[in-house]
Amino acid sequence: MAIEIKMPALSPTMEEGTLAKWLVKEGDSVKSGDIMAEIETDKATMEFEAVDEGTIGKIMVAEGTDNVKVGTVIATLLEEGESADSAPTEARAGEAANAAPKETPSDDKAPPVPEGASPAKAESGTQQLVASAEKFGKTDPAIPEGTEMVKTTVREALRDAMAEEMREDDRVFVMGEEVAQYQGAYKVTQGLLDEFGERRVIDTPITEYGFAGIGAGAAMGGLRPIVEFMTFNFALQAIDHIINSAAKTNYMSGGQMRCPIVFRGPNGAASRVGAQHSHNFAAWYASVPGLIVIAPYDAADAKGLLKAAIRTDDPVVFLENELMYGRSFDVPKLDDHVLPIGKARIVREGKDVTIVSYSIGVGISLEAAEKLAEEGIDAEVIDLRTLRPLDTDTVLKSLAKTNRMIIVEENWATCSIASEIVSVVMEHGFDDLDAPVLRVTNEDVPMPYAANLEKLMLVDVAKVVDAAKKVTYR
Amino acid sequence: MAKAPPARAIAEPPITNRERPAEPKPYEASKDELLAFYKQMLLIRRFEEKAGQLYGLGLIGGFCHLYIGQEAVAVGLQSALDGETDSVITGYRDHGHMLAYGIDPKVIMAELTGRGSGISKGKGGSMHMFSTEHKFYGGHGIVGAQVSLGTGLAFKHKYSNDGGICMAYFGDGAANQGQVYESFNMAELWKLPIIFVIENNQYAMGTSVNRASAEDQLYRRGESFRIPGIQVDGMDVLACRGAAEEAIAWVRAGKGPVILEMKTYRYRGHSMSDPAKYRTRDEVQAVRDKSDPIDHIKKLLDEQGVTEADLKSIEQEIRKTVNEAADFAEQTPEPDVAELYTDVLVESY
Repeated sequence: MAIEIKMPALSPTMEEGTLAKWLVKEGDSVKSGDIMAEIETDKATMEFEAVDEGTIGKIMVAEGTDNVKVGTVIATLLEEGESADSAPTEARAGEAANAAPKETPSDDKAPPVPEGASPAKAESGTQQLVASAEKFGKTDPAIPEGTEMVKTTVREALRDAMAEEMREDDRVFVMGEEVAQYQGAYKVTQGLLDEFGERRVIDTPITEYGFAGIGAGAAMGGLRPIVEFMTFNFALQAIDHIINSAAKTNYMSGGQMRCPIVFRGPNGAASRVGAQHSHNFAAWYASVPGLIVIAPYDAADAKGLLKAAIRTDDPVVFLENELMYGRSFDVPKLDDHVLPIGKARIVREGKDVTIVSYSIGVGISLEAAEKLAEEGIDAEVIDLRTLRPLDTDTVLKSLAKTNRMIIVEENWATCSIASEIVSVVMEHGFDDLDAPVLRVTNEDVPMPYAANLEKLMLVDVAKVVDAAKKVTYR
Repeated sequence: MAKAPPARAIAEPPITNRERPAEPKPYEASKDELLAFYKQMLLIRRFEEKAGQLYGLGLIGGFCHLYIGQEAVAVGLQSALDGETDSVITGYRDHGHMLAYGIDPKVIMAELTGRGSGISKGKGGSMHMFSTEHKFYGGHGIVGAQVSLGTGLAFKHKYSNDGGICMAYFGDGAANQGQVYESFNMAELWKLPIIFVIENNQYAMGTSVNRASAEDQLYRRGESFRIPGIQVDGMDVLACRGAAEEAIAWVRAGKGPVILEMKTYRYRGHSMSDPAKYRTRDEVQAVRDKSDPIDHIKKLLDEQGVTEADLKSIEQEIRKTVNEAADFAEQTPEPDVAELYTDVLVESY
């Protein structure tokens, strides 16, 4: 029976890709380990290896085809004695994938099966986080009407922000693991080495503490470093320099010595990466005076705020989200799209309940708002965008209008940004409250690996809807 | 039983053909230079003694780490730097390095007493003093942090091609911190212009070097990163200056970093609150008697024909400077309460 070769998932977040090139043709015999095709994901071009031995029967997806969904049958592989005419077998539920990408754990590549069957590819809980991401791209009211919009991924927006600032200011440079030759572990720095050269785009060894300190020292000396952490989980090794060196120096020196540096990288849960790679550090950094903490949601904010972060004289912790990198949003085509630090944005107006969130939580909040609208509850959604300094004015004004508030955060509840907002509301908005403020967050456990547990652990739309109903007494 | 292979059969011979800095020679100082060194070292000594006194009176609080005994290091090394381009960074034992740069003792002492006219407006204290004007970058309280930060300053010198180098001081205790080696690695990899100065005063707080360091010859600590190291008599200001000349020549030539291990000794406890029970009084006294850096330079001055009377008048002049600094530090007001909220951030949002 012919074996189906299916479009593989080459990263935990990949849903589709481009079949860039076939390296085999019909009739070629292959054995396991042979490279059959090149597949482009949003991050990279990957080689696709054969797992089984046989002869290529029929190539079903031509090279150069874009948007090939993961799991699509792209070719058949004939075993000995078979002819190309034999009908491909129907996919069986739970069937092991028949081709493995390089360096991808085998259970990640199992393709989804036809509707009705139980899924072979375990669905990550993080899908619930990103499902709504692109559906709700609301334009910033601050952008002049009639401005041309360009669909841009968050990844590209971040890169464009760095490139634009590097063109303007020679003091700006990027350093971190795999930022140069590899083009970024998550491809955020793609193309920067080509444009700016190795003087300004610098690969470091895997030594977070050391290069965070070197970055901070270079900033003290007058440069404007962008230090990329492959993820903020690894920045724990460097947190001493972020806090003790970068955040405190201006104050300790009586304003004499500045540290204009940006520490950036993905923060929070990614997909199926387990406890040590799924931590949101927003509240940690936001608790430290002397730091600016930014956590954008969409591409336009990512670009406008990263440019502002690079320009400011203060040290900035810029928290991105891996799950959002590949998502596209409208970004205004402006020569210099810079946004103010410290300003929240009302991304959906409403009158019955205020939903406060930031980063990936904004998408969930917007989707929940749509669901609530179906039930006659008109929710207002605020994207905090900057976590320090916190735009409490926007939060309190909204509360004065709706008198009810929930905070949605992809984080633990204890000592979270949500907790901080609750305190602000208790201290300054108590009289406006018609119901207790609720926090809608992850469960209070380390991130589990198993897909079903991961799903349970993470915040989702249903939890937001429930909380909104509770505070509106519905 | 298989025959054991001959020892070192596979091991490569130690690399001897790698270029290294030349063995430094003691600096040949003119009489005027010697006098200048003497004045700076004596100023540090008297300043620190006064600081100790003010601490005892409760005018200085918290941690206060004195530099007494180590004066030759900062004075000898920094005298070789180009004040216009080169940068210096150190840990929390920083008064001496600031004084060696000619920074006004008044604003240093006023910082120790936490006054508004202190060099950090009273917000930094003993451990956190900076003078960007002098390219002195602090004043850092986390053991070893200044090594990475200093490597960053060296990165800046190279990036901007400004001809400057960085001198990053740290102690024998910091020499065991992980980030020091991360910095060594990158500094050599990128050939950064930095001199790593290990001020080995024999004790990391109460733990002696050989109780904490598997390799107690700290100048060798860069070998696995191909960073050459030189051990220097840190009690001899001319040896310090001579080593600095050699190190600077190496670093300025673009050959990458170099390590100077300065063998020195602190007479006082780690900080003012350290009773220093981990060593005997005899040990300290023996160093004072035999190796005191100021006595050493006095002898040299004597050989140059400087009279006892000349030295006495210098001594008086310095005591006067220190007393004025102490008076200023006692009398000048504490920071304005509004200063509590300033300098947290540079910009307004």
